[in-house]
Amino acid sequence: MIGPMKQDNPPNSAKQQTPQGNTALKVDNLSVVFDVKGKPVTILSDITFSVERGETLGIIGESGCGKSMTALALMRMIPSPPGRIAGGEVNLNSENLLEVTKKRMSAVRGKEISMIFQEPMTSLNPVYTVGNQLVETIRRHKTVSATEAQEEAVELLRIVQIPAPEKRIKEYPHQLSGGMRQRIMIAMALVCNPKVLIADEPTTALDVTVQAQIFDLLKDIQQKNGTSIILITHDFGAVSEMADRVLVMYAGFKIEEGTLDEIRNHAAHPYTQGLLRSMPELSTDHDAFRTPLPEIPGSVPDLINRQPGCPFGPRCPSATAKCHEMPPMVDLGANRSVMCWLAVEEGAA
Amino acid sequence: MKLAIIQRILLGFVLVIAVIVLNFFLLQAAPGDVVDAMLAEAGGGDPELAAKLRASYGLDQPVFIQMLKYLGQVLKGDLGYSFYYDESVTELILGHLPTTLMLTLSALVIAVVMGTLFGVYAAMKPKGFFSNFVTVFSLFGYATPVFWLGMIILLVFALYIPLFPAYGIRSIPEPEHWFDRFLDIVNHLVLPTFTLAILYLANYSRISRASMLDVLGADYIRTARTKGLSEPKVIFKHALKNAALPVVTLAGLQLGQVFSGAVLVETVFSLPGVGPLLYESIVRRDYPVILGVLFGAAVTTIVANIITDLIYQRMDPRIQSIT
Repeated sequence: MIGPMKQDNPPNSAKQQTPQGNTALKVDNLSVVFDVKGKPVTILSDITFSVERGETLGIIGESGCGKSMTALALMRMIPSPPGRIAGGEVNLNSENLLEVTKKRMSAVRGKEISMIFQEPMTSLNPVYTVGNQLVETIRRHKTVSATEAQEEAVELLRIVQIPAPEKRIKEYPHQLSGGMRQRIMIAMALVCNPKVLIADEPTTALDVTVQAQIFDLLKDIQQKNGTSIILITHDFGAVSEMADRVLVMYAGFKIEEGTLDEIRNHAAHPYTQGLLRSMPELSTDHDAFRTPLPEIPGSVPDLINRQPGCPFGPRCPSATAKCHEMPPMVDLGANRSVMCWLAVEEGAA
Repeated sequence: MKLAIIQRILLGFVLVIAVIVLNFFLLQAAPGDVVDAMLAEAGGGDPELAAKLRASYGLDQPVFIQMLKYLGQVLKGDLGYSFYYDESVTELILGHLPTTLMLTLSALVIAVVMGTLFGVYAAMKPKGFFSNFVTVFSLFGYATPVFWLGMIILLVFALYIPLFPAYGIRSIPEPEHWFDRFLDIVNHLVLPTFTLAILYLANYSRISRASMLDVLGADYIRTARTKGLSEPKVIFKHALKNAALPVVTLAGLQLGQVFSGAVLVETVFSLPGVGPLLYESIVRRDYPVILGVLFGAAVTTIVANIITDLIYQRMDPRIQSIT
């Protein structure tokens, strides 16, 4: 049952050596620029990553680091103006999504790539029934009759484990709980068994037990359909729960990438290390609860007035004079990289 | 839900009675009565004649008794007789009503449909030329006095470029064939309807633009797009139904005014509608007519409110039922 995407694979396992044919989505040098008062501001800088079939990639970072913007850019849904995709490639099925027509793109959305959002309370249209919103999605991508679509919608609700789906389908979003609404969003995203499912903080607005249920559901679906999931979150707990590989973002840059194990136990970037240290841990030692959590000093850099050099430099405990220059992306193995001068020095030593 | 509607209708009934009583006493507060107005028109008269006239109209009785008598009459469905025309008030109003309703309802329909489309289109490109045009046009329509706009339109399209008749609702003599008579009335109504519609339109485009801009930023619109829905479907199915709620509110308010809300336009275009009837009756202190028109306006407003609530409920499932 548990397929090749088991999380605690040793590095350089068979999975990472799989040929290109198994890649679901490949993103190359994706850049997004926003025009703020006539001045171009780079929000995403050369983001490169790929997602294998049936794998979960966690994208983690603090608010404003560009993780949600990455998701929207993949769907070509950056609000424009003021935003625009300044360069790069998003390859899905040997098709560069950044170059296809608008019409083709809207056919890809909801069919090849689906997305679920942070706010299940407001992500469903309040004036239409759940069934209506499901059926319209089904009929957008499949040529089926209204009755068939209705049956399919009930079936989808059953898949996402909504009790009494025949009844629920006639209800309006305000009659459902937050967890239930998120399940409906997931059902809607599953209409065409998409290759890639982007989950943008899918459980942030839900309480912890519901969060666990939603994650179980997503894992279940992934195992059945071989869906690739891109999980966007600021919560390392969620990443540990779900992800096979992790991509750490900071100020619009990918600063580190690796398997969950590599990131969790051998983080190379000082930012990732800081992020991990600031995670609370359950402990039997009562005094541990009273000691304040370590934090990363300083705050997120101002993207409008960027300083030259490493974006994390001003907050970095290990910063040296060299960090006034932009560090290169250092390759540490297959799908393992870090953007830091420290790694360069280590490599040279 | 049925019960709620009955409740609303009963409440409306009580409200109408309250309005009648209030109107009756308010009119008493105005100086002079119909006899003063008549004598003034006739160039004066002796107090004896005045007293006799007052007695014949029942104006010599205490105000409270007059009010109770009037109320009893109205409850029996009789709005009384006009002092001036010596004609049943009901018939008098029904004679003037078609002109007013044709004018106000067509202006309202044009304004709601066009205004909403204007607003939607403007919201789709909020910084485009059309959007700015709608903003300026709305401000203009909102700020322009309707009688001034009416006079300008009258001057331009009836006098300088004589495309449409300048006054009245029918030509004299009237055309023979019924269809020609219909066209004749339409022809007379074009300019006043246009004037009133511009005024209303400004409001609707302003409100629907603002409301649409608001809704287009909502999460469920983003969801609709990520599902792969086409842009027209996103706009007209998902956004418009939500954005239309404030438009319905405004339309409901104006629906309540169709009865007597076009006094100025009717006066400028000399239309024999309810507006001028009301105005002249006030000058003549023709109380039964004034009260009759105000009664009609009150009933229309209350009915319009109930209709608005029902539409609201149909459009927004979060509103459970009217109470």
